[in-house]
Amino acid sequence: MLKIEGLTAEVEGRPILKGIDLEVPAGEVHAVMGPNGSGKSTLSYVLAGREGYEITGGRVTFDGRDLLAMEPEERAAAGLFLAFQYPVELPGVGNANFLRTALNAVRRARGEPELDAMQFLKLARAKLKALHMSEEMIKRNVNVGFSGGEKKRNEVLQMALLEPKLAILDETDSGLDIDALKIVADGVNAMRGPGFSALVITHYQRLLDHIVPDRVHVLMDGRIVKSGPASLALELEAEGYAKVAA
Amino acid sequence: MPAVSETIETVQSVQEGGYKWGFETDIEMEFAPKGLNEAIVRFISRKKNEPEWLLEWRLKAFALWRKMEEPRWAAVNFPPIDYQDAHYYAAPKQKAAPKSLDEVDPELLRTYEKLGIPLREQERLQGIAVDAVFDSVSVATTFKERLEQEGIIFCSISEAVQKHPELVREYLGSVVPQADNFFAALNSAVFTDGSFVYIPKGVRCPMELSTYFRINARSTGQFERTLIIADAGSHVSYLEGCTAPMRDENQLHAAVVELVALDDATIKYSTVQNWYPGDAEGRGGIYNFVTKRGACRGARSKISWTQVETGSAITWKYPSCILQGDDSVGEFYSVAITNNRQQADTGTKMFHIGRNTRSTIVSKGISAGRGQNTYRGLVKISPKAHGARNFTQCDSLLIGDQCGAHTVPYIENRCLTAKVEHEATTSRIAEDQLFYCRQRGLSEEEAVGLIVNGFCREVLKELPMEFAVEAQKLLAISLEGSVG
Ligand SMILES: Nc1ncnc2c1ncn2[C@@H]1O[C@H](COP(=O)(O)OP(=O)(O)OP(=O)(O)O)[C@@H](O)[C@H]1O
Ligand SMILES: [Mg+2]
Repeated sequence: MLKIEGLTAEVEGRPILKGIDLEVPAGEVHAVMGPNGSGKSTLSYVLAGREGYEITGGRVTFDGRDLLAMEPEERAAAGLFLAFQYPVELPGVGNANFLRTALNAVRRARGEPELDAMQFLKLARAKLKALHMSEEMIKRNVNVGFSGGEKKRNEVLQMALLEPKLAILDETDSGLDIDALKIVADGVNAMRGPGFSALVITHYQRLLDHIVPDRVHVLMDGRIVKSGPASLALELEAEGYAKVAA
Repeated sequence: MPAVSETIETVQSVQEGGYKWGFETDIEMEFAPKGLNEAIVRFISRKKNEPEWLLEWRLKAFALWRKMEEPRWAAVNFPPIDYQDAHYYAAPKQKAAPKSLDEVDPELLRTYEKLGIPLREQERLQGIAVDAVFDSVSVATTFKERLEQEGIIFCSISEAVQKHPELVREYLGSVVPQADNFFAALNSAVFTDGSFVYIPKGVRCPMELSTYFRINARSTGQFERTLIIADAGSHVSYLEGCTAPMRDENQLHAAVVELVALDDATIKYSTVQNWYPGDAEGRGGIYNFVTKRGACRGARSKISWTQVETGSAITWKYPSCILQGDDSVGEFYSVAITNNRQQADTGTKMFHIGRNTRSTIVSKGISAGRGQNTYRGLVKISPKAHGARNFTQCDSLLIGDQCGAHTVPYIENRCLTAKVEHEATTSRIAEDQLFYCRQRGLSEEEAVGLIVNGFCREVLKELPMEFAVEAQKLLAISLEGSVG
């Protein structure tokens, strides 16, 4: 599904990613852990195509396509979804309107018919219910005045609606209370299947108790320094990065 | 502007790009000779078969205009206008005034259809009465009979001069006097057509009234005059829309709109201004130099202006409220977009005269390309306006780094018990907002459209429902090519 080979990238002339090799096969969930500032969010932005990140080497294929040659919206249409570490506020833009516009843009790209307001509402209600979220969520403006946890839940709602092939969750668990954490994990687990892969960026084992990853990768100073099974996360938590990576 | 068909077309045009209202109607026209002098003023008055008092009124305005100078205080730039190099009257040729729609030139009906304003009975927009003004004349007004049942008068001002001279004579120039300003004086001398509305005492107008202005002829100016009178306890919502062909010349549009609200009356006046803005290099486009003013003469009366200004090469307009009646209310909600080389200097004036008068100003200026956008507003509170309140909110949004936004608020408060509040912000569309939208699958232009619409929400929600949708699409179109 996703294959990253020797990826290097700079921000403002400063190398951040220093040669990443990582493969996420279809249907698998991989976790990425690593200290603050190691380049986890940078990796997610580079994969999603954000401006300001200069790719200096390597290649990335997504579903067989050259990911780095695509515009951000093309990547989204191809099925790549990024749950932001810091979701962005859009003042005056209704969440329902935003979600429908996004869903229809992606559906258009997939050659599926667009949903009208009523059809969308029906679908959104079903997803909200499955995620134990209140309908208030889609009546408000996008992320405006949302609490940290609500913002993260809104990201998961978007993921559920857009049904991506690959979801990158950048610290979606940070700032969530225990119940919300469970809801988010259930949301991801519900999508698991042969057509869905995920790259779960997190600092905490507690998320991985709920979303058990197929593999865990340790990112330090712009490189994957270690990969292993789910138990690697437990080791990290017990021993710290320095020791495990050494 | 209105209707679903228009929405569909508009959406299509988003894909095609460009100004889709820019076509020209090929129709035989009658022109006044080029130039402006007393004879032309007489020519117009004669064409319209006007009574002597009105001709005198025009001539007086013309004499005043000759002594006035073009105002240059607005933050807009344009080469000197040669007032002698234009036609001041242009009308589709027809034998006699059409008595019914069957007699209207089919080419004209087709033009309005193409603009999304079907005039024929079976296709009319439900719940919206339309007066269609083509260059200098009104070509048709729909739903007249239905409105007459309620005692409402909705017709062209030319017709009102003939049929209701007492009303026209009483109110014409009573809010915007002939000598008010250079363009108002010019309009008073040569106005050709426009709409007239009278809502009788206690009547709530059962449908939206709207006027659709179309400039078609080359080298002509459009000088329309609109007069709306809401008698005591009445209520009316009125909307105007405007478009023009794409031309590489600049055409002058100098309208005057006067509103009068008596005791407990409410007038809601909405504008979706989409005159041809000129091309990307600033060639052509309409000079939109307009005077709009409403008088809240009665106690507890209310006048609310909502404008969405997307078109015109230059916009110079300040819809204002004179709050004479105690407890009267004035509102101004505005979205002004300037893209490419467009310039807008727009805002409002609120004159608080009566006690406990209240006004609200919400202005959203969006500048893109090399557009220049100025909010200019005056809040004036007279010593007797005890308890007066004003709240002003001016927000500017910049797209790109070659455009400009300016805010020029004047406040003259001469009453100790009055309260005036002013808030202003300037922002840019943030990179993270755009990226967030694009990550969700929206194109850059869709993202900008969405963010801009969000920015304008407080104003757009003031528009009648049907038009709010149009306005949203229009915003997206106006900003085409402003990113990337
Ligand atoms: N736009 C930027 N300008 C300058 N430096 C940047 C920029 N973006 C990222 N960096 C730097 O790149 C490094 C990696 O940042 P990144 O956000 O990818 O870390 P992270 O692994 O996600 O950390 P955290 O766990 O705190 O979220 C940091 O040193 C950061 O300061
Ligand atoms: Mg991070």
